[in-house]
Amino acid sequence: MSETAKEIVLSAKGLTKIYGDFTAVAGIDFEVRRGESFGILGPNGAGKSTTMKMISAVSKRTGGELNILGKDPNQKGPEIRAHLGVVPQKDLLDRELKTWENLFVYGRYFGLPRKWLHKKVDELLAFAQLEDKRNSKVDEMSGGMQRRLAIARGLVNEPEILLLDEPTTGLDPQARHVLWDRLFRLRENGVTIILTTHYMDEAEQLCDRLVVMDAGKIMAEGSPADLIKTYASKEVLELRFGTDRNEETAPQVAKFGDRVEVLPDRVLLYTENGEAALESVMDAGLKPVTSLVRRASLEDVFLRLTGRSLVD
Amino acid sequence: MSDLRFTPGQVVDVAKAVRGGSWRVAEYRMRNMLHWWAAIISFGLGNPVLYLVSVGIGIGGLVNKASGGHLLGGVPYLEFVAPALLASAAIQGVMDEVTFPVMEGFTWEKYFFAINATSVSAKQIANGVMLAAIIRGVWTVIMYGGILLAFGAIPFTSLLPLMFSSLIAGVAWSAVIMAVSANLKNDDGVFAIIGRFVIAPMFLFSGTFYPLDLMPLYVRWIGWISPLWHSTQLGRDYTIGLAEPMWLQAVHYVYFALMGVIGMLIVYRAFVRRLGE
Repeated sequence: MSETAKEIVLSAKGLTKIYGDFTAVAGIDFEVRRGESFGILGPNGAGKSTTMKMISAVSKRTGGELNILGKDPNQKGPEIRAHLGVVPQKDLLDRELKTWENLFVYGRYFGLPRKWLHKKVDELLAFAQLEDKRNSKVDEMSGGMQRRLAIARGLVNEPEILLLDEPTTGLDPQARHVLWDRLFRLRENGVTIILTTHYMDEAEQLCDRLVVMDAGKIMAEGSPADLIKTYASKEVLELRFGTDRNEETAPQVAKFGDRVEVLPDRVLLYTENGEAALESVMDAGLKPVTSLVRRASLEDVFLRLTGRSLVD
Repeated sequence: MSDLRFTPGQVVDVAKAVRGGSWRVAEYRMRNMLHWWAAIISFGLGNPVLYLVSVGIGIGGLVNKASGGHLLGGVPYLEFVAPALLASAAIQGVMDEVTFPVMEGFTWEKYFFAINATSVSAKQIANGVMLAAIIRGVWTVIMYGGILLAFGAIPFTSLLPLMFSSLIAGVAWSAVIMAVSANLKNDDGVFAIIGRFVIAPMFLFSGTFYPLDLMPLYVRWIGWISPLWHSTQLGRDYTIGLAEPMWLQAVHYVYFALMGVIGMLIVYRAFVRRLGE
């Protein structure tokens, strides 16, 4: 990584947002460096979207410090936003306009010249794989296409930072993979990306580094691999004994691994070697209904940190 | 499949982007209006023609015959109603662009939030919406004014001041209406109520179809607070020589200025608050 690649483009210290008597974001600290792909992972209501609105230089913070591209968003919102690309959770595409017009009109908001934009629109349609939808209305496109259009729209001003709020929520698995591929390309091109998600696999796929948020606070920070290493084990053995027996069997299972978590439908045993642990469980005559050995994921990290699972 | 050529942060001229936001929003609103161009043109042309034929010539014929032309000081009825019709068309035309488009922007489609994610500020969005509404108003008074001329309902020399006093009424009134729509969380029939209980009485009791003096004193106040009455009075000053004293003409314009300024201050507050939540 070169020196410029390490430049800090966004920093938050004690960042807070309070609505009335509800604290949505309770004093969080983080930094994002140029070219980095940074994730904010957490369940619904963790304060991710509120954080996103603040770092989009739209919603004013109620406390703490926030610096984006060297400026204070409470003072210089429009100047900062000139260099941000924002992909909102609900797309907010214009249904009255055609696909290409959505990109064109958006580019005009940044004062970009018409002639330049006509060329840029073609390039973006190609990138979003929407060339044959050029003259379609938004409603004629699938959810995945609409999301790709929203991402293309967020790129029209060639932003320094691309912000994506839950980019694949509500998309089917195939559409998600197409989208991940597009985001991956942006990442390879050195675009700084900040995204929120409640999908662990998404965070693992797309993020160099992430923070885990819950109840307005940051619970942990690091690369996906580091977080898994710190807060989970290498492998996880999932055992189902039936709803009634999970709770009572857990203490007997615990001695075969590093740690055990009991969920309503299954028991999770954290261990360096899942297969060996399963063998021990069987040898002890505990007879699970089903069993599964898998790699530990960010889901396990979250469970460890909060005692709750990410997606209820 | 293609890769993007990308030079982050290089293509936007920040000073230019931040400066011209209002115009770009107006540009967008007009592009949106163009989808309804056929309706806007046919309403703009059809509405005056229908009114002038039915009220101006039809009812006018009756009024002129019954009064022997003396009732309105010798002014033909068509010429009497012409400034009022132009003013009400301007008010309606401008207002159309600050009611449902604002609901759409905040509540139904939330477009304003997408616009506000760019270098465009909340105030600029409000200004852009108003700007496009004014342009629609200009278009309306030009078409309507042209038809009034064609019908011989106004003298040619009065055309410009008449268009101005009508447009200004439309803008002032729309600032107040936009202050309402900018604060609405959902429609809930508010616009229907405004239409029935504000616009309709305003249209009927602003001296539109007869001099306000003919009304008993206890309903005349509706006219006095109505922008339509103020605009109609000014229009009649310009077209049929109503000849109000200068100070009274000034009062009309001060009234519009107050409506416009107070309306827009409330509009700005609502836009800044809602987009910055």
